[in-house]
Amino acid sequence: MLNERPVIEVRHARKSYGAVEVLRDVSLKVRKGEIVAIIGPSGSGKSTLLRAINNLDPLTGGEVWLEDTQVNEALPPRRYEAHINRVRQDIGMVFQHFNLFPHLSVRGNITLAPMMLKGIGRKEADELAEQQLARVGLSDRVDFMPSQLSGGQKQRVAIARALAMKPKVMLFDEATSALDPELVEEVNLVMKQLAEEHMTMIIVTHEMGFAQDVCDRVLFMDRGLVVEQGPPDVVFRQPRHERTRAFLRKHLQLRD
Amino acid sequence: MDVELLLRVYPFFLKAALVTLELSVLSILLGLGCGALGAGARLSRHRVLRFLGAAYVSVFRGTPALIQLFILYFGGPQIGIQLDAFTAGFIGLGINIGAYMTETMRGAIIAVDKGQNEAARTLGLSRGQAMRRVVLPQAMRLMIRPLGVNINAQIKGTSLVAAISVVELTYTAQRYIASTYKPFEMFLLAGVIYLAIISATGLGLSWLDRRAAIR
Repeated sequence: MLNERPVIEVRHARKSYGAVEVLRDVSLKVRKGEIVAIIGPSGSGKSTLLRAINNLDPLTGGEVWLEDTQVNEALPPRRYEAHINRVRQDIGMVFQHFNLFPHLSVRGNITLAPMMLKGIGRKEADELAEQQLARVGLSDRVDFMPSQLSGGQKQRVAIARALAMKPKVMLFDEATSALDPELVEEVNLVMKQLAEEHMTMIIVTHEMGFAQDVCDRVLFMDRGLVVEQGPPDVVFRQPRHERTRAFLRKHLQLRD
Repeated sequence: MDVELLLRVYPFFLKAALVTLELSVLSILLGLGCGALGAGARLSRHRVLRFLGAAYVSVFRGTPALIQLFILYFGGPQIGIQLDAFTAGFIGLGINIGAYMTETMRGAIIAVDKGQNEAARTLGLSRGQAMRRVVLPQAMRLMIRPLGVNINAQIKGTSLVAAISVVELTYTAQRYIASTYKPFEMFLLAGVIYLAIISATGLGLSWLDRRAAIR
């Protein structure tokens, strides 16, 4: 516990598109089992930071580490491709728009990557799919097509799909933002349950209530910087920075 | 309208229609191959391939198919390419329609939501794996209809090879006109047969499109 390496460490991340700086020196450590929420106004860089962790949006400066592997290690293109494909197997990601594969059944969605990448057979993969679906409470939907599911169910399948790779960390990019309000709760419940299982999670969210209930730590980002971070009680009840206060005022008002 | 004449000549027209069908099938298959290669090149990571793909499309869409056929059939022997009319016909037409199919296929691949590729890549699939298992199966469904437009155009386009004296439907009509002096009946008959081929193909393609739809 004392000198355990963080699961994810971001060091001095920088990212710019031309002259626009989206991330300006952001650092972050996430320990095993920790649940970190990233909040902030749109355009603050929170999604970019999350997408830099598995190199979906490569940084222009700084380092990302997954335990003792550097995710964005400078390698020649061919070797980098093999490297990143291996690293990504350990980093699960859930998207705002689910991105289920519409041409595959729920089972096919979950078993595709494990069968292709982990060399497991049909039978073992099916068992894996059943296990993961049970985890998100959708055991009875294994043979459904994505189009037959509600938004909340789609997102739960997407979570099961990510979990089937047995990742070391899960990234959630506004996982409930595209859902009808009445469907948000079922996805939140699944995420809470993962929290109880001590899954390491980094959650970009607009839901302050959820961040407060579930997360160990909250990062408030604005204009490419981490303005403030700490336990939810501190960040939400006694924010030190005016920008955090302004953001929270707006968001808490919206909620009432 | 000389119905008696029509009844007398239609078997010969049907025989010629078989040649038109052969030309269509062969050139469309060749076109699909060229289109797949062209689309692959245009979407490649390598600049040289991208350039070659773009050049292929702009050259073959930018010049008349008839000129391309003439260059291949009449000009070919000058540079050591000696092909009989039928072969030159389907190769020329195939390479030509392949340029259109390149754009059709590329369009369908690009039209697949980019979140699909991202989701596949974040699971650890390589570029190629994501393309084969996630993007292409969806793109194939998207390309059936627009490829149908290319195929429709190609079937009618086979009439061009009459100009290099391949004995297909249009050429046959012209030949019978020369002996009967009845262009109205002869071209009408050819037109009706083209329409029948096109309609049947259209029905087949709609069936395929319905069957391939993602439920």
